[in-house]
Amino acid sequence: MVGLVLPRLVSFEGAPRRSASVAERNLAALKSAYWLVLISGFLEPVLYLFSIGIGVGALVGDLTLPGGRVVSYAGFVAPAMLASSAMTGALAETTFNFFGKMKYMKLYDGIIATPVQPFEIALGELGWAMIRGSLYSAAFLVVMVGMDLTSVGRAATAFPAAVLVGFAFGALGMAVATFMRSWQDFDLMGSAQFTLFLFSGTFVPAEAYPAVLRWVVELTPLYRSVHLIRGISVGATGWSWLLDVAYLLVLTGVGLLVASRRMGRLLYK
Amino acid sequence: MTTAQPLIQARGLVKRFGDFTAVDGIDVEVRPGEAFGFLGPNGAGKSSTMRMVGCISPPSGGELRILGMDPVRDGPAIRARLGVCPQLDNLDPELTVRENLTTYARYFGIPRRVARERAAELLDFVQLTERADSKVEPLSGGMKRRLTIARALVNNPEIVLLDEPTTGLDPQARHLVWERLFRLKQQGVTLVLTTHYMDEAEQLCDRLVVMDGGRIVAEGSPRALIEQHSTREVVELRFAADSQEAFAGKLDGLGERVEVLPDRILLYVADGDAAVAEVTALGLVPASVLVRRSSLEDVFLHLTGRTLVD
Amino acid sequence: MVDVSVAGRVRPALPRVPALAVLAHYLVGYRRTWRAGVFSSFLLPVLTVVGFGFGVGAYVDQGVGGLRYLDWLVPGLIASTAMQVAIGESTWPVLSNFRWIKTYFAQSAAPLRVGDILAGHLAFVLFRAFTSTAAFLLVTALFGAVRSPWAVAVLPVVLLLSLAVAAPTFAFSAWAPSDSYLALLFRFAVIPMTLFAGVFFPVESLPSGLRQLAYATPLWHGVDLCRAATLGVAPQWSVPGHLLYLAAWAIAGWLLARRAFRRELVV
Repeated sequence: MVGLVLPRLVSFEGAPRRSASVAERNLAALKSAYWLVLISGFLEPVLYLFSIGIGVGALVGDLTLPGGRVVSYAGFVAPAMLASSAMTGALAETTFNFFGKMKYMKLYDGIIATPVQPFEIALGELGWAMIRGSLYSAAFLVVMVGMDLTSVGRAATAFPAAVLVGFAFGALGMAVATFMRSWQDFDLMGSAQFTLFLFSGTFVPAEAYPAVLRWVVELTPLYRSVHLIRGISVGATGWSWLLDVAYLLVLTGVGLLVASRRMGRLLYK
Repeated sequence: MTTAQPLIQARGLVKRFGDFTAVDGIDVEVRPGEAFGFLGPNGAGKSSTMRMVGCISPPSGGELRILGMDPVRDGPAIRARLGVCPQLDNLDPELTVRENLTTYARYFGIPRRVARERAAELLDFVQLTERADSKVEPLSGGMKRRLTIARALVNNPEIVLLDEPTTGLDPQARHLVWERLFRLKQQGVTLVLTTHYMDEAEQLCDRLVVMDGGRIVAEGSPRALIEQHSTREVVELRFAADSQEAFAGKLDGLGERVEVLPDRILLYVADGDAAVAEVTALGLVPASVLVRRSSLEDVFLHLTGRTLVD
Repeated sequence: MVDVSVAGRVRPALPRVPALAVLAHYLVGYRRTWRAGVFSSFLLPVLTVVGFGFGVGAYVDQGVGGLRYLDWLVPGLIASTAMQVAIGESTWPVLSNFRWIKTYFAQSAAPLRVGDILAGHLAFVLFRAFTSTAAFLLVTALFGAVRSPWAVAVLPVVLLLSLAVAAPTFAFSAWAPSDSYLALLFRFAVIPMTLFAGVFFPVESLPSGLRQLAYATPLWHGVDLCRAATLGVAPQWSVPGHLLYLAAWAIAGWLLARRAFRRELVV
């Protein structure tokens, strides 16, 4: 989760995972601090929810959504935290980690000497990221239900939506990673992520933005993700969720396509 | 030169890490202008000794004087007159080649302007002038090593400590480093180096000690060590696979020493050709015969054993 | 040809203030990399002011204690920016100087003492935190979020706050067996502090146990001082109390860091 901590520090999400080859060993050894990093990963969006949703929420009071529905500020912010943590987790895993393994650990040079193909490596990485991200999402939804911010049924529907968000950003991240030149580029990516996090209808309804900004915002992937998950968790009606789902599916497909083309070129050189 | 005050003087020097004794009471004297080598397998205690001499590792026992001073009390004053080239290059990857030298010079209180001049001279000395404004990362291993050596010279040191100066370099790069170190020596700089390359020790060192298990097991010039611990020549005989032992018995009494290895038999003798003639006279026909001069490597293996250390 | 002959040798003196030579080293490197850092350590806090201060602020009808939410938030963000830059610069860079690029070992071969190596790097961290917050303060003043000339007092306060958090972080990073520990520091200390030490909402609305915890963080003391300065009001706690508390963190942190550095460098 990028959060309100500066994105330069986002690297803490990916940095330990740079040692992911070691993580395999740690999986067996179960003694490294890396495990604590993994397990505590779900904590961050929960902390944000308490701080912003409840702490700041006490100052904001209830919000009236465009449809006329009134929700608590925590109920408004929680789905956005879920969407952005799915984004951050997936991006960190697929960009930072992937870049480190490819460029510095030369892990993949070893793997492509076997019959495994670059695209399969990418899918493997994405799969691992998704398993982890899904567990975090599930834990967060449990917290939301526990705080009475949504119902069990809606949480169950929001879960696959959160997984879809993870896939879309994971695929996007893999494509982006193949364009990364140095660690410095991650500063830029972190900044972009943080900007998305601030302005994707996360903390205030997009309707509050000036018209031009609002149109730009509505085109971004995080806005669509927040819109989708928030719609489900507050029980919005209408068909606009179909647009969100279609958008995320297309993003997943395009991301994977670009990533597989570029990876082949980078590895078989 | 032998009468000059030693620059480095150790008596009964000990370094312990917990229960482990890395250096176990060694006596060493390094005189001005000489090139002194520490030889030994990994874990022999060479690097620990070097760190103590570099005044970044307090001795656990014994006596150590460097430039007549106490390394624990006068660390900075001694280090101001030392140059250190560590085993692994620790250059700053964010700085250029030149900046690595100029910023380091500042640590010695060298004024900016002097540091710039000094950096230019040193880059010329290690043949890196063309890469002066390049970053460190794209440099080859040999270039990085040369830059690290240049950095160690930035303060005009009286003693230069080199920890395995050519490990990991290709032959061209090694020879260039040797040549530059030899020039330094000619100019009166005292060199102290560790190595496990015998050819390096023979090339560079006036005097050396062989360390094993934290102790000094031999001391002298390369030539003297060979004379003392080996014979003038070595004959290497190869017989058909697995038959070395069988032949070895018949070679007893030939030369000073017979060493049987899995793939060959070594005869330590004064005259190689004469020994080969004797072998032939015994009616033995080796698959191959090599007569060579005894080297420091023979001394080293004889003193420290052939078993792998790690 | 290098003249290294004994006769021609100019004996180098020791640097007058060795830590300054160390600071100079970091500044030379920073000259090249500062652009990348501008985004994260300066523009993003500004975006936070826009997105959060103005955005969410518009929904905070009552304000906080009669103040506009934006005005109330900005000093908190100044303090937390200082803390984050200070801790960010004291984690991976320190670990790397020990384990990856080994700069500290190169420095310890020169006539520097452990304290010089530590003080020089700390000075650079303070420089980073100070310049980031100073620029941030300037921009928020242009937004009209600074309401008192006392705001200049923010500058020495962030220096002290940065030292209070950076020094113990140096000790932690020197000790950390792997970079996973740094991630844990952020997860269990930096992020919770940022979120609950009075930056985004008043500490008073926390349940009592957590409130005591928030008061114990160095960040809260920095936030309270910064808030008093930019708003021109009295802080919630005595000024000398705040300063002494932060100084205690700084001194304890320095002692721990020096011990940790010595353990790594002098063995």
